[in-house]
Amino acid sequence: MHLSPDDIILWQFGLFKINATIAFTWALMAVLTVGAWAITRRLSRGLARSRWQNLLEIIVTGIETQIADIGLVAPRKYVGFLGTLFLFVATASLFTIVPGYEPPTGSLSTTTALALAVFVAVPMFGIAECGLREYLAAYVKPTVIMLPFNIISELSRTLALAARLFGNMMSGTMILAILLTITPFIFPIMLSALGLLTGMVQAYIFSVLAAVYIAAATRVRPPVPGGAVADTASANTL
Amino acid sequence: MLIDWFTVVAQLLNFLILVWLLKRFLYQPVLDAIDAREQRIAKELAQADATRDAAEAEQTHFREQQAALEAQREALLATATADADVEGKRLIEAARQRATELEAQQTQRLATQATALRQALAERTQREVFAVCRKALGDLADAGLESRMVATFVRRLQAARATDEAALLAGFKASVAPLVVRSAFALSDADRAAVQAALKDDLGIAQAPQFEIASDRVAGIEIASAGQTLGWSIADYLDALQASVAELLAAPAPVPPAGEAKPSIKLKARSDAE
Repeated sequence: MHLSPDDIILWQFGLFKINATIAFTWALMAVLTVGAWAITRRLSRGLARSRWQNLLEIIVTGIETQIADIGLVAPRKYVGFLGTLFLFVATASLFTIVPGYEPPTGSLSTTTALALAVFVAVPMFGIAECGLREYLAAYVKPTVIMLPFNIISELSRTLALAARLFGNMMSGTMILAILLTITPFIFPIMLSALGLLTGMVQAYIFSVLAAVYIAAATRVRPPVPGGAVADTASANTL
Repeated sequence: MLIDWFTVVAQLLNFLILVWLLKRFLYQPVLDAIDAREQRIAKELAQADATRDAAEAEQTHFREQQAALEAQREALLATATADADVEGKRLIEAARQRATELEAQQTQRLATQATALRQALAERTQREVFAVCRKALGDLADAGLESRMVATFVRRLQAARATDEAALLAGFKASVAPLVVRSAFALSDADRAAVQAALKDDLGIAQAPQFEIASDRVAGIEIASAGQTLGWSIADYLDALQASVAELLAAPAPVPPAGEAKPSIKLKARSDAE
């Protein structure tokens, strides 16, 4: 029994290898990209449109609305990053209904990679929005004493982000595998349904937290006392 | 070790590639389509607003025009009514005037006809009266009417010296113009001699008179000189008769009893200028 799909090595050449995590990620990427391309290649700009186009429009406008609700002023700028985070995590959870599928988000390497992406994206968006000086100045507000705490906050929330998603996804798969060995009927189906729900919730939480971090970083100019700390605290409770 | 750093890097790259792919194939086309639709809807709404504004403006303009036309129609109607009244009054006045003229013409024509009729009747009456008188005198008294008339004329002339005609007779006597004795019938020699004798002996007129026959007269005898005439006639008698006939023509009225008109035979002086 393996804890992570990283352990399933499909091909290896020296340092380079293709494990189940990477393979399933590619598969998800292919499904998402081909699906999007298939639908969007014949987009209607008029009032009449296909059901698939309606679905995509609902998803995209829903993401945009969520981002705007969180407080980001120009949501379109963040739709690419935050939307992809949500869609990738959600799709990874959704495909757990396929037998033999191992969600890439059940690998700590994947969640770490996603958390690192957020870790890098937050200051990038913050600097792009407010400028380097303003962004860095936010770390010493309200006093310089807060600098180490702010840095710890940045690091810890990234770690929390990665660990939370990994724990939830891995546990779901693990519980399912364990239950399958104990009670092969009924319970695995219920747990699978619960896992789907958990996966969707986690996808939402992950992307919303990333949006909150970015919103906090881009709202440096009007100081929000303890905003980042409060965000971190609320994220850790989830 | 739960974290495989090669996988982390690979997944990081995979995620970035996925971000680009989804941006390229999902977000951008869908958002563009939504924007295009929103723009189109906004454009259509703006066009609808513009059309509605234009329609409202057109409606306002139309209403104003309609009100103006209505006012103009009212004004024209009032003018036409006033003109029609004036024209009607003018036509009625013209018709009244024309009717008055026609009535006057008719009255004139009737008067002319009545006059002509009266004259014709008078003449005829005169002729009939004299014819009856002549026949009656001839049959009953074996006397000629003309002779009796001349005798009466002479007698009257003799009596005239003491009456109003004396001045006229004096005028005749002093006149140098020829004296004319005019009668409706031819005088016999005896009658002429009687007249001449009366003029010469009784009135003192030495001038011998000329005798003329007035064929347009029915009866009567007169002397005339220098525009002055002295004669006798039964004019009053005939006038009374004409008046009676005129009343008969004008309205049916009871015929006055005989003898009401009392004709008188007397000498009457008149001027030729009349």
